Amino acid sequence: MAGETGTAKVGGVSPAPHLLRPGKYYLQGSEACIEGSLIAGCRVYAGYPITPAVETMEYASRRFPQVGGRFIQMEDEIASACALIGSSWGGTKALTATSGPGFSLMQEAISIAIMSETPMVIVDIQRSGPGQGYITASQQDIMQARWGHHGDGPIIALAPGSVQEIFELTIEAFNLSEQWRTPVFVMTEETVAHMREPLVVPPWNEVEVRERKKPQDLGVPPRDYLPWGHDTVAPMANWGEGYNVNFVALVHLEDGNITRYSPEANYHCVERLQKKIEGNADTIARIEAKFLGDCKHLIVCYGAVSRTAMEAAIEARERGLEVGYLRLITLWPFPEEKLRRIVGTVDTIFVPEMNLGMMRHPITEALRDQCKKVVSIPSLGILHSPEYILSRIQEEIS
Amino acid sequence: MNKTPRFEIRIAGFGGQGVVTIGRILGEAFTLYEGKNSVNTHSYGPESRGGACKSEVVVSDGEIHYPNVRKADLFIALSQVALDTYIADLKGGGILLIDPHSVKNVPSRSKYRVYEVPTMEIAHDIGGVKFQNSVALGALYPLIAHMIKESSLRKAISNNVPPETVEINMGAFKRGMQYGRGDGDS
Repeated sequence: MAGETGTAKVGGVSPAPHLLRPGKYYLQGSEACIEGSLIAGCRVYAGYPITPAVETMEYASRRFPQVGGRFIQMEDEIASACALIGSSWGGTKALTATSGPGFSLMQEAISIAIMSETPMVIVDIQRSGPGQGYITASQQDIMQARWGHHGDGPIIALAPGSVQEIFELTIEAFNLSEQWRTPVFVMTEETVAHMREPLVVPPWNEVEVRERKKPQDLGVPPRDYLPWGHDTVAPMANWGEGYNVNFVALVHLEDGNITRYSPEANYHCVERLQKKIEGNADTIARIEAKFLGDCKHLIVCYGAVSRTAMEAAIEARERGLEVGYLRLITLWPFPEEKLRRIVGTVDTIFVPEMNLGMMRHPITEALRDQCKKVVSIPSLGILHSPEYILSRIQEEIS
Repeated sequence: MNKTPRFEIRIAGFGGQGVVTIGRILGEAFTLYEGKNSVNTHSYGPESRGGACKSEVVVSDGEIHYPNVRKADLFIALSQVALDTYIADLKGGGILLIDPHSVKNVPSRSKYRVYEVPTMEIAHDIGGVKFQNSVALGALYPLIAHMIKESSLRKAISNNVPPETVEINMGAFKRGMQYGRGDGDS
């Protein structure tokens, strides 16, 4: 089906005054994230401040009005997420950034956005939890991103490892959300969000910007429009364009009817949501690998920790240890098949994470018959040092 | 300019001393005006002034994976607490820049190349404590001149201070540099 490979409209950056011009900059991750969102065509930021996401919001408050966008400080995170839904249905791409406690408050709206197939992007600059935890870096919301909302419903989550990548993945987050009509999360940490590094903005005509598919694009006249039909990813009519806009978060049929409920309709409605993301995991999910050729042991990592993991892998190899490196760029949908194909067979898999061992679960599930054991290397409140990862590897394999 | 293998700088002191700004200016100067790679990270407590504050810059001509300091080549300590906390991470023979009015006690002094610059006093003389970071950057310059041009630092300072204070910050930089070179000052 055409929808399964995506039929979103593809274009380039629409030039706007004050958009960050191609060139080299020295920016913080949070600033690069906002610049990426603006280049992706996002023009609404609705948020509520929380450490360590305050810099993102402050920068957005300056930048969105400059490019003709809207910046709204909402009364809380619940309202922020709801404002994103409204903005998106009005036809304007929308963004918010928050941290763990705020992300918790957004979960109800996220669930509604999944069911109503609303494109929107949430950046979670993870801090230590649970509760208020502390303002230091963490990766403790990784499972909440996938399972925090009520109901069966997949999302897409990306994990950038540098300032350059948070810029690129924020653009990609908007593209994926438009293409698959789903909330997309950029799961970063205090580490990347507050770090300053070179950012190279490519020529605008080299940046791909994808837009949601509309009924107009398929030549469907308003009288024949099925708000939840026509394709795996239904074309989305925006308010005020002459089509019957049907915003619904109840189980619904193709025409949007909610009164002819049946268990079959229920199954079809929710299964389609599941399939459009999980069924396309191989297309959507990206991983990066190095030193896999001869590796006996493998580090699987994501986000900021991948910076330490790469350093540790290089130093392990200098010491003659056959250690490979694999980074999950996409956390959800989990790239199970891709992982199985690329990894082959190894002895020990090491999973360093800034939590007590969360992604090691899907990693173990995916590779349980392709490795002897999976070893978690946890750290809380601080990025692992290369020495720490190396010492854990040596302890295990010597 | 010489090729730079991984070179690690740590700046630590209290919030309000310009610790974060010094790191940002150094990182920007190396990256935008020297064509090197650099990563600047910082950490601070919930207080806006007075809390413990740390900033780090890792510079290299190659790729930088681990973004933080492992063993510092250069440490700017602007308070005694900062020195006590982080001195163990300074390499033997590493450069230590301190303000003798706020850092009185340097354990194992002979292990390091210690430079004492009264940054606060010079800053007060020029116009106030907020110029302390430019004084410190000036004092630092002769110590890293093999890696960076004076003009690169000056440009990065200009980018990061309020436009109306550029001139006085340049003066602060110059005074720090003169002191650092031992040209006699204060």
